[in-house]
Amino acid sequence: MKIEEHQERKVAVDGWEVNLTSYRLGAEWHAKADNVSPGATLCRTTGASREDAEEKALKRAEELLDRTKRHTV
Amino acid sequence: MAEYAHPEALVSTEWVNQHGVDPKVRVVEVDVDTKAYNEAHVPGAIAWAWNTQLCDTVRRDILSQQQFEALMSASGIAADTTLVIYGDNNNWFAAWAFWQAKIYGHKDVRLMNGGRKKWLSEGRDVSTDTPHAAAAEYRAQAADLSLRAFLPQVQEASARHSAALVDVRSPQEFTGEILAPAGLPETCQRGGHIPGARSIPWGRAANDDGTFRPADELRALYGKEGIDGSKPVIAYCRIGERSSHTWFVLKYLLGFDNVTNYDGSWTEWGNLVGAPVERGAAV
Repeated sequence: MKIEEHQERKVAVDGWEVNLTSYRLGAEWHAKADNVSPGATLCRTTGASREDAEEKALKRAEELLDRTKRHTV
Repeated sequence: MAEYAHPEALVSTEWVNQHGVDPKVRVVEVDVDTKAYNEAHVPGAIAWAWNTQLCDTVRRDILSQQQFEALMSASGIAADTTLVIYGDNNNWFAAWAFWQAKIYGHKDVRLMNGGRKKWLSEGRDVSTDTPHAAAAEYRAQAADLSLRAFLPQVQEASARHSAALVDVRSPQEFTGEILAPAGLPETCQRGGHIPGARSIPWGRAANDDGTFRPADELRALYGKEGIDGSKPVIAYCRIGERSSHTWFVLKYLLGFDNVTNYDGSWTEWGNLVGAPVERGAAV
């Protein structure tokens, strides 16, 4: 078994830079969203297509990033 | 181009492809996201969960010597096994596992350069099988605490500049703008950094493909912040795994003698009553 059609790109979500990775494993598509800085995984999703998996990942990433409080320094 | 000080501490994905299932080699995946292994992993690899198998689950601590021996034995690892560790997030918790293996004296432990990310992006074979590891009899050495920093050492380093403090978190965590990586729960009462620390985010030591940057570039990166191996170095982050990555870079790639990982990190310092905190950018 191999990972196929691996793709990675940066997108802005809720003011944060997110690294979005997606690929196909067998018949299933997988997506993963990381915050670019510091590089922590936010979520991992699956779907019937790349678009489906990525959409779920971005939605979940947005929910998580929305909770991040910015404090006054 | 200068070589790493200890090139034997790294293996390439191709090396793992060639040798991953050799009888004297054990490949272990250690991820931040402990579900990643089940999705797909390097064929023949087993998994360790950082939050249940690489720490004491009752008190906050790394594994005891006995716990480490039990983990290694159950994983079929003997004293002469080549232990190859890799994981997600550019080997954050793989480096954490490497650090503990060195604390307990395992001789031949290596990181797979580029980690899970590089293996997947190269389109290499993956598996969903969980291999059975025949139990071994493992005896660890007493903990080498010269690799680990505790709070009193960090307090002294901050107050007396007896060691250089390297904060490897994101710039926004360093300044205090956010209290945890964006999207993750806040785990401290105060934001900012340990007074005197230099901000050198761990990711600056990595290439886009997850591999470590060349030795010359790493030396320049840390050197311009005054981290050149001439005095002890203490690396810290939030819970100690990102700083394990930097600890590995400084100790094994650049060869600095006296480097410790402060695994108490910001979740200890940022919750400590009365601890001095600096906010804003490094001066």
